[in-house]
Amino acid sequence: MIDLPFIYDAFVQLCSGIPLTLQLMAVSVASGAVLAIALAAMRLSSWPPLDLLARIYIFIFRGTPLLVQLYLIYYGLSQFPELRKTFLWPFLREAYWCAALALALNTAAYSAEIIRGGVLSVPAGQIEAARAYGMSGLTLIRRIIAPQALRQMLPGYSNEVILMAKSTALASTITMMEVTGLAAKLISATYRPVEIFIAAGAIYLLLNFIVSRLFKLFEYRLSAAQRQPIYRRAAGENA
Amino acid sequence: MKLKIILSAIGLLATAHVAQAEDVIRIATEGAYAPWNFSGPNNVLEGFEIDLANDLCERMKAKCEIVAQNWDGIIPSLTAGKYDAIMAAMSITPKREEVMAFSAPYAAAINSFAAMEDSGLANLPETGKPLSVDSEAAKPVLEEIAKKIQGKAVGVQGSTTASAFMEQYFQGGADVREYKTTEEHNFDLASARLDAVVANATVLAAALEKDDMKGAKLTGPLFSGKVFGMIGVGLRKEDTALKARFDDVIKAAVADGTVKKLSEKWFKVDVSPQE
Repeated sequence: MIDLPFIYDAFVQLCSGIPLTLQLMAVSVASGAVLAIALAAMRLSSWPPLDLLARIYIFIFRGTPLLVQLYLIYYGLSQFPELRKTFLWPFLREAYWCAALALALNTAAYSAEIIRGGVLSVPAGQIEAARAYGMSGLTLIRRIIAPQALRQMLPGYSNEVILMAKSTALASTITMMEVTGLAAKLISATYRPVEIFIAAGAIYLLLNFIVSRLFKLFEYRLSAAQRQPIYRRAAGENA
Repeated sequence: MKLKIILSAIGLLATAHVAQAEDVIRIATEGAYAPWNFSGPNNVLEGFEIDLANDLCERMKAKCEIVAQNWDGIIPSLTAGKYDAIMAAMSITPKREEVMAFSAPYAAAINSFAAMEDSGLANLPETGKPLSVDSEAAKPVLEEIAKKIQGKAVGVQGSTTASAFMEQYFQGGADVREYKTTEEHNFDLASARLDAVVANATVLAAALEKDDMKGAKLTGPLFSGKVFGMIGVGLRKEDTALKARFDDVIKAAVADGTVKKLSEKWFKVDVSPQE
């Protein structure tokens, strides 16, 4: 009943949407990460108004569906003729930038909380000790906080990046011809949704397999201190 | 024990459904394609096809349930058995006939461009004149339009005859963008993201009357022809008995002027199929 050669055919055709999917993902994850660091810093700041501002932002962007945010940015903002006269319009006119913006704003909210969790996981004693050694500001962050926070937040953050890879599919609702958009177009030409969605699903699976492997590798590299020394395992000490 | 109760409840529901299925015809429409079919106030479906469906069902002495279904899933859901018929301004095309059946046509499909008055596309040739794209006379007109829309952003609803028309006649010329609904491409026409849209002329004409579409107008000929086809009730291939029932009542409704009357009520023009 399932037509394998047809699925393969669809898979090959859908592959032409991968560059756009990857671009949307890369642009939004990268710019979202920058915004997330700023938001996390605000959340950790000792000045209450900054913390409150970041809290409100995170509350709104985590509490509403990404699709709604995307529609508000794409169809909502274009309803204001005033906006169309500003320097922002050349960007907001394009579905591509609207999709990237919505994805970035959304992932920033989630990532900020992941970063905050990572930073808070660094034992206070270590920070105190570092300060006692005279480290402060950037040195403290670079030497003590960042390496440990990064390792703590990696599993959570890899989840977020995988979610973003899948969220790019929503861009198809605003005319973007990425993998899902192409799939919809192909379905309208063939009326064979099952095979084509299987092919599209396989592409996302493959993509996310690579993403999760990369994070795994990164995690391995960062956690040298937690690994058992090789000579002990070779000696069969725990066997 | 609990499981037994649940199972027997499901069984009851199932048998109730079978018993009811005899004379109930479930018809899907899009509900976002005014004035053919749309959600009116209080979310009640209204439009030309809703009125026509009710009339046809009365003639068939059947009870009809009309449900709204997104356009892009409307054919797969029919073949999956979620409903029995589609009345959603769906053109009869050879490609669709590969996967489904159609009743006799109940309307002709006429498509047109629309653009903003202050844009360069507001004055396409032959505005308002009927033109069959299959005719010899169409060639120079289509060539002139192709030149004018070269590189312009043109919105169409995905999986429609309008998108097939753009692909077939203006391949590689205009920057064609596909939308989920005509309402969405109209928004983008009004906000100047698009230079033009192509859709069913009756639908565009109705949309242009709204305030937020001020400044937009129909431009170019009123296209008809093979690529647009005629509009019929979409059915599953195996439901030949249902097709025969629809064929009979549609022919009767066309013959006695009911289709013409409803068409003039909703479109102000007669779109009833001409033999």
